[in-house]
Amino acid sequence: MIREEAFALYRQMLLIRRFEERCAQLYVEGRIGGFLHLYIGQEAVGVGAMSVMRPDDYLIAYYRDHGYALARGADPRLLLAELCGKFTGISRGKGGSMHFYDVPRGNFGGDGIVGGHLPLAAGIGYGIRLKDTDQVCLCFFGDGAVNEGAFHESLNVSALWDLPVVYIIENNRYGMGTSIDRASSVKDLYQRASAYGIPRREVNGMDLLAVRTAVAEAIERARTDKRPTLLEAETYRYRGHSMSDPGKYRTKEEVEEMMKSDPILLWGKRLIEQERFSQADLDAVDKEVLAQMEATVAFVESSPDPPPESMYEDVYVRSPYINMKAAEKDPAWRSAIKEDRMPPTLPPPTAAPAPEARPAAPPAESKPAAGAPAAPNPAEAAVQATAKVGS
Amino acid sequence: MAVLTMRDALNQAMKEEMARDPSVFILGEEVGAYQGAYKVTQGLLAQFGEWRVRDTPIAEEVIAGVAVGAAFIGLRPIAEMMTFNFSLLALDMIINHAAKYRYMSGGQVRCPMVMRGPSGAAAQVAAQHSQAFESIYAHVPGLVVAMPATPKDAKGMLKSAIRDDNPVIFLENEVLYNLKGEVPEAEYHIPLGLAEVKRPGRDVTIVAWSRSCITALAAATKLAEEGIEAEVVDPRTLRPLDEDVIFDSVRRTNRCVVAEEGWRMAGFGAEISDRVQRACFDELDAPVVRVTAEDVPMPYAKTLEKAYLPQPEKIVDAVRQVMYR
Repeated sequence: MIREEAFALYRQMLLIRRFEERCAQLYVEGRIGGFLHLYIGQEAVGVGAMSVMRPDDYLIAYYRDHGYALARGADPRLLLAELCGKFTGISRGKGGSMHFYDVPRGNFGGDGIVGGHLPLAAGIGYGIRLKDTDQVCLCFFGDGAVNEGAFHESLNVSALWDLPVVYIIENNRYGMGTSIDRASSVKDLYQRASAYGIPRREVNGMDLLAVRTAVAEAIERARTDKRPTLLEAETYRYRGHSMSDPGKYRTKEEVEEMMKSDPILLWGKRLIEQERFSQADLDAVDKEVLAQMEATVAFVESSPDPPPESMYEDVYVRSPYINMKAAEKDPAWRSAIKEDRMPPTLPPPTAAPAPEARPAAPPAESKPAAGAPAAPNPAEAAVQATAKVGS
Repeated sequence: MAVLTMRDALNQAMKEEMARDPSVFILGEEVGAYQGAYKVTQGLLAQFGEWRVRDTPIAEEVIAGVAVGAAFIGLRPIAEMMTFNFSLLALDMIINHAAKYRYMSGGQVRCPMVMRGPSGAAAQVAAQHSQAFESIYAHVPGLVVAMPATPKDAKGMLKSAIRDDNPVIFLENEVLYNLKGEVPEAEYHIPLGLAEVKRPGRDVTIVAWSRSCITALAAATKLAEEGIEAEVVDPRTLRPLDEDVIFDSVRRTNRCVVAEEGWRMAGFGAEISDRVQRACFDELDAPVVRVTAEDVPMPYAKTLEKAYLPQPEKIVDAVRQVMYR
């Protein structure tokens, strides 16, 4: 790994951490609703895995999905807007925390049903085989999903039909409040792959390099030999299952012990010891990430709520094989369009002041110099970009 | 016009669409080497090979899930359910995934798949193998629900279902697989969401689909002997519903019976009945009467099975009721 990439991965993990911390704060303030499952503590898994994917590969994941979307390069502004139910959100305010899709980056999102996306991953793998390309599909899920029937059905056909899917268990030890000891007859979850003759491996999910190496090897096997792999990344979430979970099923000491092997801490240490970065470099990037989060929040604050009529959009695809005259009595069909709506590419955020320099009041919009065009509001640009497809 | 069974009409539809579009493929239990549990996929494996006619393990959830996932990346899967009774094991894939991803992604994803197979009662296969589930699927926004009653409709509608970009639940009927009918020899398709008057009549409208439509036609023949001319309207697709054809008919006949093979409680006939009474209130000369299966699980004994299902006699009685005879 080159030095710059090592640093970029550090920044990615940090961005996820700061993004999640901000989400927790916004949730407490009542600006994010519903369920909120934070990825804090597990960053090395998503970032490590994503760092060895090709741009044309696919991924599909479960509801603790903020980290994957960020690691795969989604604009945090679109994601936070989604969390706040804004029209500029990546799913136009219809998905929320559990449903971050980013199809242009091959991200088929966060699925809200435990284990429910594993058969879909097999389907993406099957589609890849039929199209005869050398793409692969990564499928992320928690330790709770291995007890679902869908896990077994998916692994069986993936092995039977040689599907290029890498199944990654993020074992954070608890399926909501139930520890794996109380849920799984076999404690080494990756061993379950032996029932299907699938290559399997356990990896330290707190160690970015270990994850990267293991996933790269599995991707290569999928790409070249069309063989699936089951990886078990041992990791830990520091927060509750969701924001409403006080985590009384585990001890404070256990959490503190795990935090000693924090993936960001470990990777930062490595950057200093092996890659000739200084603590000042790490502090500077943290400051930069925090500033980016400020700009992200500012984007959300200037974003509109979804218009009521958007509720009927995105249910169906307009189709020449449907009698639209009859169908259009239903507003969901009336609003159907032929195209898909892809998330917009926003202009880069205008440099936001560093947090400590930020005035208490929301910053007044700087007046453009006489004759100069007003700086475009990225939120407006986002709405226009999504609206364009529909018109 | 060629005369074909519904089985062969469905087979032709798939064969032609697979030849036309390499992204179409079939998967399901016994669809390949066995030639289909009901022989609907006969000959397709030999013509298209195992990657396009995929025999699967008995694992309905992954059958449906593979279809959904493959559809996401641009393929056009046809997932066969050996019977729709087993589709309950795949319901999460259809209701939580196929019907939801476009919406939850704000329009980024589409799911151009078909799930097809026989639904409804066959002959003495008892409670777990005789269920009509159209009401469950038609309840779900995001799905299209098609139910052909004739070979011509079956072929033309299945072609539309395969080409359509939405997830289509295509409910066939085992008892109708041997039903023969004229099928155009030239290329054609029938849009989904298009109702058809299967028999014109001036005295009463009978709305019925799939096997119940055939039962309603038999009832209409009996009624004609009594001098009652029943109009039989086949919606053909339940979601989206072509309600205008039903309303036009009821406005002419002023009387309406809805016949279905599903249970009475929350059955799809209640939806039609609701719409008719709201749209045609002034034109109705009698309350809408529904003929349904009895509200019990299907019994095994032949006599009980007959009593459970909508029979022509039950529809005739319902017509007499709305005509106050």
